[in-house]
Amino acid sequence: MSTAEGPFDEMHAPDGSVRDAYRQYDKWLAEQNSAWMRRKHFEAESFFRRTGITFNVYGEEDAEERLIPFDMVPRIITGTEWRRLSKGIEQRVRALNAFMHDLYHRQEIIRCGRLPERLFRNNIAWLPQMVGFTPPGGVYTHIVGIDLVRTGPDEFLVLEDNARTPSGVSYMLENRETMMAMFPELFTRVKVQPVSNYPRRLNKSLSACAPQGAPENPTLAVLTPGIYNSAYFEHAFLADQMGAELVEGSDLRVIEGRVQMRTTQGFQPIDVLYRRVDDEFLDPLTFNPESVLGVPGIFDVYRAGNITIANAPGTGVADDKAIYSFMPEIVEFYTGEKPLLSNVDTWRCADPDSLKYVIEHLHELVVKEVHGSGGYGMLIGPAASRKELNEFRAKLRANPDKYIAQPTLALSTCPIFTKSGLAPRHVDLRPYVLVSPDGCDITPGGLTRVALKKGSLVVNSSQGGGTKDSWVLDD
Amino acid sequence: MLGRVANGMFWMYRYLERAENTARLLAAGHRMALTRGADIADEEWKSVLTTLGQLQQYTQAHDDFSGSHVCDFVLRGKGNQQSVLCMFENARTNARACRSAITAEVWEAVNEGWMTLRDLLARPVRDTSLNVALSAVRSGSTLARGATHGSMMRNEVYSFVRAGTFMERADNTARILDVKYYLLLPSLSYVGTPLDTGQWDNVLRSLSGERAYRWLNAGRMDARSIAQLLILDEQFPRSLVFCYAAMRENLAWLARLHGHEGPAHALMREADLRLTGKSVDDIFDQGLHQFLTEFISRNQAVANAIAQQYRFTT
Repeated sequence: MSTAEGPFDEMHAPDGSVRDAYRQYDKWLAEQNSAWMRRKHFEAESFFRRTGITFNVYGEEDAEERLIPFDMVPRIITGTEWRRLSKGIEQRVRALNAFMHDLYHRQEIIRCGRLPERLFRNNIAWLPQMVGFTPPGGVYTHIVGIDLVRTGPDEFLVLEDNARTPSGVSYMLENRETMMAMFPELFTRVKVQPVSNYPRRLNKSLSACAPQGAPENPTLAVLTPGIYNSAYFEHAFLADQMGAELVEGSDLRVIEGRVQMRTTQGFQPIDVLYRRVDDEFLDPLTFNPESVLGVPGIFDVYRAGNITIANAPGTGVADDKAIYSFMPEIVEFYTGEKPLLSNVDTWRCADPDSLKYVIEHLHELVVKEVHGSGGYGMLIGPAASRKELNEFRAKLRANPDKYIAQPTLALSTCPIFTKSGLAPRHVDLRPYVLVSPDGCDITPGGLTRVALKKGSLVVNSSQGGGTKDSWVLDD
Repeated sequence: MLGRVANGMFWMYRYLERAENTARLLAAGHRMALTRGADIADEEWKSVLTTLGQLQQYTQAHDDFSGSHVCDFVLRGKGNQQSVLCMFENARTNARACRSAITAEVWEAVNEGWMTLRDLLARPVRDTSLNVALSAVRSGSTLARGATHGSMMRNEVYSFVRAGTFMERADNTARILDVKYYLLLPSLSYVGTPLDTGQWDNVLRSLSGERAYRWLNAGRMDARSIAQLLILDEQFPRSLVFCYAAMRENLAWLARLHGHEGPAHALMREADLRLTGKSVDDIFDQGLHQFLTEFISRNQAVANAIAQQYRFTT
């Protein structure tokens, strides 16, 4: 945990020496001219603008395209650290899938009293339509993003599981491309495990989840809500890289029991749909009748086993923050093993004793909405004003079920490039996990998000965070 | 490929082509205005607006025809959905919506072109900055076309790209000619007065045809040869015949890829019959204006048939 001298820095030990992971990078950096490095810093920005790697910010007047700031100092993890970490991630993801299958079938975990039933009964992400149905290949979460924070050399904690539609993987890929274009010689000096094969791995993993009876090379498509979605760039990018069609709801129709896309030569069936549209909008006949983003009748096709939807509908039930607090029990229940990765301590405000504690200690806690994401609607106690704290206390008393609280963690720091040289900033890490009947496939590294403001703990891109290339050393 | 994407590609290149042709029209108008008296300049700007179909909307916002007002309106006019900036933005939006149909080179060319124009056209265009803006439009469109030519597969996508380009170009050439058709009528084409020569020169410039014309006609200027070049020349890349040859070729390629022809091919063949093999005299006998209006509406019919046959929309 955090020490008296401040948060754990991943590059520099408290005595100023460089930690193992960064030794080669540091040596390279010392040889670089600082004016040249500053030029590179600006080069990166124009590179991103030109290639159009942007995201749209929700809640902005004119949904202008924004750049996610990129920092050119890599975040480095050793191969040894990664091997240990990936075991924990795989264990957690296996448990998540088993948990989901159980929830929509026999619910053993509830029968044994290890999980209160109300947790998912009241959960808007719970889909009664999924009960008794097993998705093709038995896979629920085809793509998972596990958000990790680090508090010490060997301490990685899970902050959040993203079991619906984790985004950001295109930044992982583009950040690496940018780094290789900017500093080619660096990559000849330091051996880094590649990430660029992710789209191919995604294609392979999704294809392995195709419904029975699908051809050997099944037809994949990526379903996007369209160009105004904040992650549209990523949808287009992944479709392009996988060689799959990028489709919108209006391109699709259910014909003869199959989901088919309107091509210039008529309708053609799709076997696997990687959808980046929320459950609620997937099928106006089954869910939100107002939705124009989805496909009327797709859910019937799905239940008949004629299409794979990735991730499966209803997986959101496993990644809200109330379920999160039970993950250690869930992992143990389904794997029979002790969890290799710990949770961050969590107070469930639905529990009266916890609520009391949270209200009394609000100034030192982080409070999150159970169903929230993207850093919206959260409170960071130590940074909040007295007025904000009081407002939040009222919210907590009115709707305790809606919130959980966690200690304000001393997230690890990693240097970023600033005008006055390197300066430490807080980071987190989101590795991406692909799940198929063939197993779990974890791309080495993932997306490092960094809070660019000095001292800030919020890394979300929608709240002014940036990203870094994340290296796993090939050692 | 998806019908929606075919639609997006077809229109992306129509927008780019239209933006470029509009810039050319403004450049020619500007030159005309500089070399003639105020009356002629006014008339010229009015005819530019007529060609673009923006006259009515313009007169609602302005009560004069000064060059800077007209150029500003056409390039970036507030509320003008047909402005060059809007065209470029539409092209870019389509490129974004069909991102997986185009190469990174094409995307970057369109995106950069749009960013440059957006910045250049953020403020009113002055006489002094007009040329900079116009050449930015042209180079943006040229870069996109070059990237397309150099990096895209010659597959279905490319056929729609090219069909859209030449459909739009044929339309634009026909419209420019139609607004000025009276200048080209034989009865008026007694040996060119300086006035006529100037107008003819302007028509040629509007279509970047002045150089081609000089090479073909060794400096002799007459209405007949101009009509010959702009309508019937097989080598001039903006002539109606040239555009139709390219459209036929791309539709034929689509038929080959798909293994069959459709209603668009039949209509295309019919439209082509009214054009190919004709002489200037045939056209003048029929009446130039009538010929051009029929051409424009038949061209539109072919575009509609393509949209339907290839399922552009549901």
